[in-house]
Amino acid sequence: MLKKWMTASLMMIVMSVFILAGCGGGSKNTAESNSGAGAGASEETAAPATLLDEIKTRDKLVIGVKFDTKLFGLKNPANNEVEGFDVDIAKALSKAILGDETKVELKEVTSKTRIPMLNNNEIDLIIATMTITEERKEQVDFSDVYFKAGQSLLVKKGSAIKSIGDITKGTKVLAVKGSTSVDNIKEKAPDATVLEFDNYQDAFSALKAGQGDTLTTDNAILYGMMAQDPGYEVVGEPFTDEPYGIAIKKGETALVDAVNEALAAMKSSGEYAKIYEQWIGEAPTE
Amino acid sequence: MPDFSILIEYFDVYMEGFINTIYSSIIALIGSFVLGTLIAIFRISSIKPLRWAGTVYVEFIRNIPLLLVVFVFFYGLPSLGITLSGFVCGTIGLTVYTATFIAEAIRAGIMSVPKGQTEAAQSSGLTYVQTMRYVVLPQALKIVIPPLSNQFINLVKNTSVLGVIAGLDLMYFGDQVASKTYATFDTYIFVALFYLVMTLPLSYMALHLERRLAKNG
Amino acid sequence: MDFANAFSIDNLRFILEGFYMTLKVAFISIILSFVLGCIVGTIRYTKIPVLSPVLGILVEILRNLPLLLIIFFARFALPDIGIQLGPVYAAIVALTLFEGAMISEIVRSGLNSIDKGQIEAARSSGLSYISTLWHIVLPQGLRRMVPPLVSQFISLLKDTSLAVVISLPELMNQSKIVIGQSYNYVIPVLLLAAFLYFAVNYALSLIARRLETKFI
Repeated sequence: MLKKWMTASLMMIVMSVFILAGCGGGSKNTAESNSGAGAGASEETAAPATLLDEIKTRDKLVIGVKFDTKLFGLKNPANNEVEGFDVDIAKALSKAILGDETKVELKEVTSKTRIPMLNNNEIDLIIATMTITEERKEQVDFSDVYFKAGQSLLVKKGSAIKSIGDITKGTKVLAVKGSTSVDNIKEKAPDATVLEFDNYQDAFSALKAGQGDTLTTDNAILYGMMAQDPGYEVVGEPFTDEPYGIAIKKGETALVDAVNEALAAMKSSGEYAKIYEQWIGEAPTE
Repeated sequence: MPDFSILIEYFDVYMEGFINTIYSSIIALIGSFVLGTLIAIFRISSIKPLRWAGTVYVEFIRNIPLLLVVFVFFYGLPSLGITLSGFVCGTIGLTVYTATFIAEAIRAGIMSVPKGQTEAAQSSGLTYVQTMRYVVLPQALKIVIPPLSNQFINLVKNTSVLGVIAGLDLMYFGDQVASKTYATFDTYIFVALFYLVMTLPLSYMALHLERRLAKNG
Repeated sequence: MDFANAFSIDNLRFILEGFYMTLKVAFISIILSFVLGCIVGTIRYTKIPVLSPVLGILVEILRNLPLLLIIFFARFALPDIGIQLGPVYAAIVALTLFEGAMISEIVRSGLNSIDKGQIEAARSSGLSYISTLWHIVLPQGLRRMVPPLVSQFISLLKDTSLAVVISLPELMNQSKIVIGQSYNYVIPVLLLAAFLYFAVNYALSLIARRLETKFI
């Protein structure tokens, strides 16, 4: 009898592998045929259809931002608006590229979901506290640096942890899935137990619930948490450099150029400094 | 074809989650069986407050989402000074939640044994516990086993909520692999296969058990 | 614990908006999964060659996977095969497929429970297979399916909470955002969310019990 079950279940598993494998294989084919169709369509207009052209045609810029990160992108329950530094940069870009800052649609991303969403063409740009790394450059293209952060630690006031050196074996460090902070902390404090959450809101709630001893991510995000709950403080000097970039789907050089031009224009016109001061509370250091 | 190099390169990561998922399932299974039996006894007890407590527990917990139960233990319990890890909170949440369904299955089983038998057993000198142990429960078990085995399958699938509270289960480590490889589709195909390795054999055992019990009347 | 501030007008409105989203997604998914479940369940019952066994395999796979994984798949893996779904649609598609698979099993066993003698009698009195199914088997089968169907609908409503993993702005997600404001809000907000889920589901289960006594 047992044998019968085993063969039956084994067969099911093997079959499901084939079915799922079929889906996986199919995905590549459709992706190819899609791009083929795209090329066909562009022949009619006689110009290569870049994402930038597409954005201009549809007259809307779809940008992925965080909805849970104070100072950068936070949904405010009082008015249902998403507010923050990244959001204002998104609006300014929309003004520069489409001539109107209201022509932007914001979609919620998390560190875990942003690259899949960009590569699925669901969003045109990621402006979501995203560090430029060599590893990520293999997946996406980046604009010039638009914000300089460094990884730091957030603790409850009065905690014994004063810097990264105080993290010892058994210290529970909270972080967010898919962020550079996870890799950095595992490298700088290999003894720590790292617990990863879906987003910053969950990670901070977990810290407040005492589920960890410290929360690690970029200092700018941590300052936002401090502003939310003054019972917590950022300790120690930043122990990494986290230059934020705007991520763009690979190969869309026209869009990268447009974004970089817009960023440069914002910086020279003083608009960038205004946004920076409004959210970060100090003038940008160049 | 999915990229099998992901499975090979991250096999240890998958396995760690897989093993924790099995641990959590087994602990929650035993826990919810014990708790569920207790609540079933409460619900059919002749003592009113016990019956009442059992009913409130079942009606309340089974009408709220498992995720909420788990959040109460993970985010809420620390405000009472008790802080437990994501794995423990998830497993306790699963136990508390699954116990309601097990209690209902056991109660239905016990109720299916005609009252006359209980009365006969007790009038022939058996105590309440003896009646339960030797007369009611063995018969009830036959009716209880099919729904129980389904609950166990649900339990295994439901362990996936541990991933949301850093519970170190298969889902949690699947997320980790996905964020390292950026291959969302392929990564989760392997996560799905690991779940199927657990749930499909269980489903077939459940089906077989059900058929055999049906045959024996 | 800070009930007064946790339940400020803004927060309550925000949470209730989430509750509305929960109800909306659940309602649409209940209807779609019921239709899907009836079709698939009937096809499997009628044992059409090739189609029935293929559907059988798909149903088994879906039923044996965690819904959380299916929701995540619908949102982040389907785009790989050219299907792009926002959080609302992804949640509805995932819930419909998963609960539809569950419901198809309820439908199939409901149909199987109908006495084969009745079918033979109907067939020999000249009814076609389709009209036997439609007039004799389905009405009786549906009656027996009502209690398990309603508990499946209750499960579906609870399961919408799993869509937090794809940031669907439903009750659980909005509650988490409010909780994020202050740790003192955790217990009040979770209690409110529990109460809202309980109220709908308990009402549903009362209706189910009423139907049960009426039909059986």
